[in-house]
Amino acid sequence: MMTIKELSEKLNLKLSGGAEGLTNEITGGYTSDLLSDVIGHAEQGNVWITLQTHKNVMAIASLKELACVIIVNDLEPSEDMISQSNEENIPVFVTSESTFEITGKIYNLINK
Amino acid sequence: MEFEFIVEGGNFIKAGTASSQLKKILKQLNVDPKVVKRVVVALYEAEVNIVAHAYSGVVQITISTESINIRLVDEGPGIPDINLAMQTGYSTASSEVREMGFGAGMGLPNMKNNSDVLNITSEVGKGTIVEMSFFLNQ
Ligand SMILES: Nc1ncnc2c1ncn2[C@@H]1O[C@H](COP(=O)(O)OP(=O)(O)OP(=O)(O)O)[C@@H](O)[C@H]1O
Ligand SMILES: [Mg+2]
Repeated sequence: MMTIKELSEKLNLKLSGGAEGLTNEITGGYTSDLLSDVIGHAEQGNVWITLQTHKNVMAIASLKELACVIIVNDLEPSEDMISQSNEENIPVFVTSESTFEITGKIYNLINK
Repeated sequence: MEFEFIVEGGNFIKAGTASSQLKKILKQLNVDPKVVKRVVVALYEAEVNIVAHAYSGVVQITISTESINIRLVDEGPGIPDINLAMQTGYSTASSEVREMGFGAGMGLPNMKNNSDVLNITSEVGKGTIVEMSFFLNQ
């Protein structure tokens, strides 16, 4: 299994918050911008790839015990999203890549 | 054991307070993590529905050795057709709510899938009562 830290280094992800959670392990991933879809389908330890940048994302990541959140297209997480990620110790990253590209890369890394 | 939380309609910043508090309580009580997950997910969806669709509400939680019972009572527009509302994909969420990623019409189905008993009653123009039960010894 891969840790969040290893994944973020391989993909050059920019950390926005939640550094304390970097050593957690990744079980897989889920890509969606619909919050109830993530609630229904993401699994514990998943990487969540999304374009949503508000605080409710962290509430869901915490309830579902997701590994981390990756925001695509260089979008900026809101300040209260970052502070919540620090409180919950769930890392939030930003990537310049699109949802398609980053999801594909993560899929390949995890399934090697 | 009983707990009560207030939910403010329209306040997405505070949405999820009751579910995250309940998660801490249930973990302290050593409730099976699988049950905890089902409870907090269902409660989160119910809370967000008050925030997104109603004006204000109260969450009442009762924990016994056999079960966790949650009752959400809101003042709001009510649900005219509960069977329709239960269908995956049905949503009347506003465009602002949809922009945040809510409004997929998957909240009530998630509540149904994660609870052992779900009961909804509603009066149009007045409000909605959602009751959910989760059994502990299975
Ligand atoms: N407490 C409530 N008061 C009034 N209407 C409600 C309430 N809860 C649900 N509804 C109605 O039922 C519909 C379906 O609810 P559901 O939770 O399944 O989806 P949603 O809230 O629209 O979207 P999602 O939960 O996927 O973000 C809502 O769009 C709304 O019309
Ligand atoms: Mg909903």
